[in-house]
Amino acid sequence: MDSVVSFTILGLFTGAAYAIAASGLVLTYTTTRVFNIAHGALGMVMAFIFWDFSQRQGLPTWLALVLVLGVVAPATGWAIQRFVTRGLGEGPVSVTLVVTVGLLVGCIGLATQVWPPESRTPLPLFNGSGVELSNTYVTAHQLITVLLAGMVALLLYLLLTRTRIGTAMRASVDNPELLKLFGGKPDRVAGLAWAIGTSLAALGGILLTPVVGLSYYDLTLLVINAYAAAMLGRLRSLPLTLVGAMGLGILQSYAVAYLPSDGLLSGIRSAMPALFLFAVIVLMPQAQLRVGQVKGIVSAPLPSRTRQLGADVALVALVALLTAWLPGSSLLLVGMAATYAMVMLSLVLLTGYGGHVSLAQFTFAGIGALVYAKLGEPTLSGLLLSALVAAAVGAVVAIPVLRLTGLYLALSTLAFGLLMDKMIFQAEFAFGTNNSLDAERLTILGTSFSSLGGYVLVMTFFLVLMAFAVLALRRGALGRLLIAMRDSPAACGTLGLDTRWFRVGLFALSAGMAGIAGGLFAGLRGTIGASDFQVLASLPLLLLAVVFGVTSVTGAVLGGTGLMLLPVLQSTNPSLAGLIFGLVGFGAVALGRDPNCLANRLFTLGRALRAQVRTPVRRPSESYQDRPEVTEEVPAHVAS
Amino acid sequence: MSLLEVDDDVVVRFGGVTAVDHASFTAGTGLVTGLIGPNGAGKTTCFNVISGLLRPAKGTVRFHGRDVTSTPVHRRAKRGMGRTFQRLEAFGSLSVRDNVRAAVDINRGLGGLLTPGHRSQAARVDALLDRVGLTHYAAERADAIPTGTARLLELARCLAADPALLLLDEPSSGLNESETEAFGVLLRELAADGRGVLMVEHDMDLVMSVCDTIHALDFGRVIASGAPAEIRGDAAVQRAYLGKADVGQVA
Amino acid sequence: MAVPMLEAIDLHAAYGRIEVLRGVDLRVPKGAVVALLGPNGAGKSTLIKCVSGQHKPTSGDLHLAGVHVQDAGSDELARLGLCTIPEGRAIFPNLTVEENLRLISYAGVATGAVLDVAFSHFPRLHERRSQLAGTLSGGEQQMLAMSRALASDPALLLLDELSMGLAPLVVDELYEIVAAIAASGVSILCIEQFANTALRVADYVAVMSGGRVVATGEPDEIRDTMVDVILGGAA
Repeated sequence: MDSVVSFTILGLFTGAAYAIAASGLVLTYTTTRVFNIAHGALGMVMAFIFWDFSQRQGLPTWLALVLVLGVVAPATGWAIQRFVTRGLGEGPVSVTLVVTVGLLVGCIGLATQVWPPESRTPLPLFNGSGVELSNTYVTAHQLITVLLAGMVALLLYLLLTRTRIGTAMRASVDNPELLKLFGGKPDRVAGLAWAIGTSLAALGGILLTPVVGLSYYDLTLLVINAYAAAMLGRLRSLPLTLVGAMGLGILQSYAVAYLPSDGLLSGIRSAMPALFLFAVIVLMPQAQLRVGQVKGIVSAPLPSRTRQLGADVALVALVALLTAWLPGSSLLLVGMAATYAMVMLSLVLLTGYGGHVSLAQFTFAGIGALVYAKLGEPTLSGLLLSALVAAAVGAVVAIPVLRLTGLYLALSTLAFGLLMDKMIFQAEFAFGTNNSLDAERLTILGTSFSSLGGYVLVMTFFLVLMAFAVLALRRGALGRLLIAMRDSPAACGTLGLDTRWFRVGLFALSAGMAGIAGGLFAGLRGTIGASDFQVLASLPLLLLAVVFGVTSVTGAVLGGTGLMLLPVLQSTNPSLAGLIFGLVGFGAVALGRDPNCLANRLFTLGRALRAQVRTPVRRPSESYQDRPEVTEEVPAHVAS
Repeated sequence: MSLLEVDDDVVVRFGGVTAVDHASFTAGTGLVTGLIGPNGAGKTTCFNVISGLLRPAKGTVRFHGRDVTSTPVHRRAKRGMGRTFQRLEAFGSLSVRDNVRAAVDINRGLGGLLTPGHRSQAARVDALLDRVGLTHYAAERADAIPTGTARLLELARCLAADPALLLLDEPSSGLNESETEAFGVLLRELAADGRGVLMVEHDMDLVMSVCDTIHALDFGRVIASGAPAEIRGDAAVQRAYLGKADVGQVA
Repeated sequence: MAVPMLEAIDLHAAYGRIEVLRGVDLRVPKGAVVALLGPNGAGKSTLIKCVSGQHKPTSGDLHLAGVHVQDAGSDELARLGLCTIPEGRAIFPNLTVEENLRLISYAGVATGAVLDVAFSHFPRLHERRSQLAGTLSGGEQQMLAMSRALASDPALLLLDELSMGLAPLVVDELYEIVAAIAASGVSILCIEQFANTALRVADYVAVMSGGRVVATGEPDEIRDTMVDVILGGAA
């Protein structure tokens, strides 16, 4: 009986911390329509700053708390709204996601740069004191957390209902344009919301650190917990968010207490937020097809078939040359680059053409790799089977979130990745307790490609084949429909397309492509483990894909190379490791608004060079396909 | 039995506002039926209910005599319902031709998507473009053509499925006078092919000259139904359009 | 001649590549009520959006009380005495009546004064002050919207389709308010589809078609042609 009480108290404490963080998330999302995936990451950075102030520099705890919550966090939040996320709310969800994922990655990079990994023990508030409550010892920290959660709820309630600026916050949710006509300043309102939201993320992070530790990743993933709690209130209702957070905290605490600590169920404990999230999503009512969505995504031009063939041949020739010259360790890197490029190609299909964002593409690669290694059949059919399993899982992920769109879909993939990380990949039947599986290299038509050089060439060949397939698909009927779906799901529906199942198919296809990459990767490495496919690794993947160009094959190949070089750069400059990681994140923040950034610039440069070489004799109508698509938002209502 | 029956007093509410308030009306095969009314009368909401984008709080939609009130959007389309949108829903980053090709592809179904297009397919796309007079716009990007033209494009897209019922939401807005005239002729042809046409339209000259029957809506209610001449002389309709005052003077 | 409250000179505006205003010239004299009429798609709402600072014109000039104001934001203009009641329900449906009224104070009037003015003109709003605005009837919502015009004491009032979707009796009631505001010396530019209603309160009428003002004059000069424009030539 006592244990029930003590676990309930523990649950209430974590729930209260979640509630504080989640209410910040809801506040920023509702006032600016920008979902801040970096919410947890900001909390993490703030927790580090608090640790730095209070323990490294020895400021009194109260002063450090006031400085972080009252100055650093609000200023950061305000600056992010002012310089990073302003105006994103009206744009496509995919851009918002990429920019805030960039922020997340940037925060992790910054934190690892400024506070390199070492053992730190964050102290609870009023360390050592506590009270006895019906035979259970409750620390002062826990008590304060619950009280603070109540206070935050009360203050937010008063702010939102009793003050003019709070009323304006709620008004700008509905209609910021109208608020301006009233003479209100939506920008100021948004800045305030972000300042408060970031402070709440900081408070949540600081309160949780004595329990979860000062970890870069655990606190960053706090956003999933906050998101799960907030989903109960459909990201809108603060009271329901509170209920969700408390419920999640208690559930998690009971899971720790009463579920076996080994076997499949052991994973449930850490996967509880993700499971909670899926449960809420499945119970949510279906979204209607919306009319009048934001349109016009900049896409890369399709290359002509001859130029495509030329590029493919050149790539294979280059890799062939490299295999002859490079030492084994560098060859391994070339193989890695090919793997990443293939996973990015799956994103070209899903994100670049389809407009959906997946935050867990490496997880699908992991499934492919896992199946490939487990099958122990290093043949084409074994690889195909791995891809099919990955595709099937992709479809299974997409089905429960069928009725969701944009943001919810993307966040659900993140939750799914987390679920796989915690529950499947680490389980006995998967990568096992040793966390490693052996995989053999591929044998095609009786020829075994066991040498590294030969195998890397085979991988390059697969990459080229995949690129061919993606471009062929884009040129064909399916590609047209992908673009059509991206531009107007409502029109596709009224023309007779079952948009939901089409989307499931798209997810499955993309997951299958990642699965092939995973299978090939397993063969390349020989030994693979769960750590190769962590969900957080999918985020830099997405960022580099976007920075290098997620609407073109060229972008995917460049991005794959970039992603491979990232750890290389970090290991050659270990003192700058965090900074390099951070640069990727903040680079994506700066460039994320153009989904085909670097590749498009390259194409423009290429065209300029070719124009120098020969005078173009092309009629405008013929050059249609070669012209970069222009972003142009179709007016919502031109009439009147 | 009419081709389309909006029956049993359909009701749609948004928050506290009743957008469609106990409305019932029909549209028949071979006829052009007009749906008119001042702004905010609930015409587009009716279209959303008929095409399946909105589920009404009350009422029934029957198509070919079958209750389709809870049938998903795409299945209604497969049964022969096509619609255009008041706020354009052309596939902006595709060319005009590819817009129509996408529609033809959807109509061919999954099997058709996986097999390469035949020459007859291209001919079908050309014929559709020709029918609405967009042949020389074929290579333009759909978000770069004028509004009126984009509306014709949406019509061509619908026709790819050869629907039994066409729902056209303000199809002529953005067209100039001579284009509107040509469009009127096209509408009569489409109906003469054995289709039902239901259209929301603000151009009264077009409505009065083309429609066989007109239903007038005002704040979500059907205030009058009848032939153009009856509607034009109807006091309730004039009141709806001109306000309460001085009706006698106008009529 | 006195400086007009609003003057638009050769105003052009576009959505993307589609030009909606093609050289609008319009004057609203001080203290006058100008009704803006014309068929759907003529560019009336776009003109209002340009004046209120919600849409940036591509070229041309806008003067408010003789001051050139092209780059001001809509919130800035609102605080300077321009009151815009846009098309549809110009209220926040998920806020209570009182909260809606409280936001009016952004225009530079004290909240208490706003509540006094609104509740004295519309006792019904007082009865429902803690009710969500979205649950009011259409007419009551429009009264709430009009409270802003009454309470903020603007120099220029822009009204876009005040009567949309409302019963004629309610429209009459609303236009009595408009007449009262006009009588207090406020200049008004209003878009109205109930031509006759608008003509009753208007000092001048401007008819728009195809992105231009095609006719201006006093109501009596315009009245006969209006029926043609609205219900089609056949009527």
